[in-house]
Amino acid sequence: MRVMAQMAMVMNLDKCIGCHTCSVTCKQAWTNRTGVEYVWFNNVETRPGQGYPRRYEDQDTWKGGWELNKKGRLALRAGGRFKKLIQIFSNPVLPTLDDYYEPWTYDYETLTNAPLQEHTPVARPKSLISGKDMKISWSANWDDDLGGSAATSEKDVLLNEVSEKIKFEFEQTFMFYLPRICEHCLNPSCAASCPSGAIYKREEDGIVLVDQDRCRGWRMCVTGCPYKKVYFNHRTGKAEKCTFCFPRVEVGLPTVCSETCVGRLRYIGLVLYDADRVLEAASTPDETGLYEAQRKVFLDPHDPHVIAAAEKAGIPRDWVEAAQRSPIHSLINTFKVALPLHPEYRTMPMVWYIPPLSPVVDAVRDTGRDAEDHHNLFAAVESLRIPVDYLAQLFTAGDPAPVDAVLHRLAAMRSYMRDINLGREPNDAIPKAVGMSGEQVYDMYRLLALAKYDERYVIPPAHAEQAHKLEELATECSLDYEGGPGMGGSGPFGESSGGAAPIAVENFHALRDRQTSETPAAPTDKATRVNLLNWDGKSSPPGLFPPAADDENGSAS
Amino acid sequence: MTGPAQPLTLAAEAGTGGILLWVVLPYVCLAVFVLGHIWRYRYDKFGWTTRSSQLYERRLLRIGSPLFHFGILVVLLGHIGGLVIPKSWTEAVGISEHTYHIGAVVLGTIAGVATLGGLAILIYRRRTVGPVFSATTRNDKAMYVSLSVTIALGLAATVAANVVGGGYDYRETISPWFRSIFYLQPDPAMMTEAPVLFQLHALSALLLFAAWPFTRLVHMLTAPLGYLTRPYIVYRSRDTQLGARAPRRGWERTGA
Repeated sequence: MRVMAQMAMVMNLDKCIGCHTCSVTCKQAWTNRTGVEYVWFNNVETRPGQGYPRRYEDQDTWKGGWELNKKGRLALRAGGRFKKLIQIFSNPVLPTLDDYYEPWTYDYETLTNAPLQEHTPVARPKSLISGKDMKISWSANWDDDLGGSAATSEKDVLLNEVSEKIKFEFEQTFMFYLPRICEHCLNPSCAASCPSGAIYKREEDGIVLVDQDRCRGWRMCVTGCPYKKVYFNHRTGKAEKCTFCFPRVEVGLPTVCSETCVGRLRYIGLVLYDADRVLEAASTPDETGLYEAQRKVFLDPHDPHVIAAAEKAGIPRDWVEAAQRSPIHSLINTFKVALPLHPEYRTMPMVWYIPPLSPVVDAVRDTGRDAEDHHNLFAAVESLRIPVDYLAQLFTAGDPAPVDAVLHRLAAMRSYMRDINLGREPNDAIPKAVGMSGEQVYDMYRLLALAKYDERYVIPPAHAEQAHKLEELATECSLDYEGGPGMGGSGPFGESSGGAAPIAVENFHALRDRQTSETPAAPTDKATRVNLLNWDGKSSPPGLFPPAADDENGSAS
Repeated sequence: MTGPAQPLTLAAEAGTGGILLWVVLPYVCLAVFVLGHIWRYRYDKFGWTTRSSQLYERRLLRIGSPLFHFGILVVLLGHIGGLVIPKSWTEAVGISEHTYHIGAVVLGTIAGVATLGGLAILIYRRRTVGPVFSATTRNDKAMYVSLSVTIALGLAATVAANVVGGGYDYRETISPWFRSIFYLQPDPAMMTEAPVLFQLHALSALLLFAAWPFTRLVHMLTAPLGYLTRPYIVYRSRDTQLGARAPRRGWERTGA
């Protein structure tokens, strides 16, 4: 047994209102740079729908993830090492920008400098790729809220898997939101696809990262990831991906997407797992068995053997305690309401989802019956095969049984808690029907409905004795590095070339730029202008006055 | 060693121009090539990339890029065979000059045409596809010129020597000169006798090598051959380094 700790996330889809706050804050934090305009480390998809990039789940086309070869051994779907190297000069299954979308901005300047005219001036969309006028036709969430509409649902990869009749009914049945980030898999196929070995899994917390100094832009990781959550920065020529906000997580803060989640639907915590059993679990012959197989890889943090082994593996005591309090462990293994996204890709994903019960509740309510009554809800889960089959395509490789069980548990919680909230005698038959005790149902309710910040995010900080490496300390001169503080911007070899600037220096430059420029995007004649708001009134900085016309006369006198 | 006597004889045979071109320049270029790569690797790991433009355009790249790259790999093997391996060795194995020549010309012409064709497609793509062109730096343009000229001159020298001149045995002159550079006993006289196209090809190649560490061509030196042997999943500890740079001397962590 080789115990490793993994930072994991669970999202409760019932609570997602599709506000995209997670996507926007993530974009502001991580991908508001040139070259990654089209990149969303976090995106929210309306289901049914095509997703982002379009139809990314169609692995017959995109060849992402792992598959079992003829010998029953785990192999990369896009081909092994030799095939990768042969194809390195032109990756045959790399999504094009059209599969994501062409990023754009607007020509806002026209609005302010257009001459007086009869019609209001218009800010035209300009492509951020070619710089030319463009017609916007798609984006990362273009089919937002169009779930099930004829326009997009026929392109949904999963809907093609379920039967024709279900498909028709589905279009009138339901729609839900699916926020997605990198899965930080236990068996990451992006890392396995990287020819340079630049993508690695951190031993301490299992976060999968791209070493920007070792990435050579071979682009195989983009193909390797079945979730299409590794992106190619077309300006720097390097792969980038969700970092699980590791600088925040290291100091005990949740990721930006979780921190800003309006519905408070995200949970972050540690999971202990046995690294030696990952390969075996990922090689489970039956795809529908992968969910159970992955659950078996997780270790019980309360088991004394596990604690002893964790200690031996160098996992600090407070991390083991955090694993014991982990909401992720509770939701996955104790209450068994969280399911992995597409376990059939065999990457052992570590961002799990509580499937939405609300479509079922809505359906019952539409019939005029009591949507809080467990008999009605149970019956509805049994009869409403449509949402269940679709959810099963998403979370259990098509096996409806685990989805059924989760929806039953959620329905039971709903009815059981209504009795308590209305001051009635709680009905213990309800939890018993789903194999839980009343206390367990109450605990689950607490975690899903009431849990505060510190219960939703149980993140042990990286250790104080290691703090030195997390940020530059004041004991060193923050400007003392290769290139010096005069560096910044575009280097001689392209975007941001040269050594990485320490964060303190980056902050220094950002602050200085903000103070000395008048607009968020620095104008070209910036050097010759003066921001009067920053002028202390004492000296006369260059550019304060326009160049004197009679310069020679002035200097002579 | 005869000491100072040798340069005098060299000067007599090759002239000052010959020494500058075939002794000084190769060593300068070699030094720039080696030291430049070391400097680039230390200073600019982040810029060390292929800077692929496949995201912008894939149809032309699908044909042009493999054609060029596989072509140039065969050309590279051909140059190793022709320049590094002495003629006496191949003859000892039983390959006659004629057999070698036929093989080299046929394989070299095929590979050369593939390389040049691929390069033509890639340059056409770079110029005509808007996003690709706007992602092209001045550095790239200079590199493309240098690379194209070198390849074109090399192919021209081969074709001219064989079609017009009826064959030229560069293994008697150019190859020994090339090896003499690395023996540290440079022999410029060998090179001054070579046909002018071969001389120009060698000169353009030397200049290309000098520019090499400062262009995107550096990606060649990190061809990911290690992928064939490393385990699929890489685990790394975040403990390996403190912050964004190595600690200063005397400030390294102890213990750990």
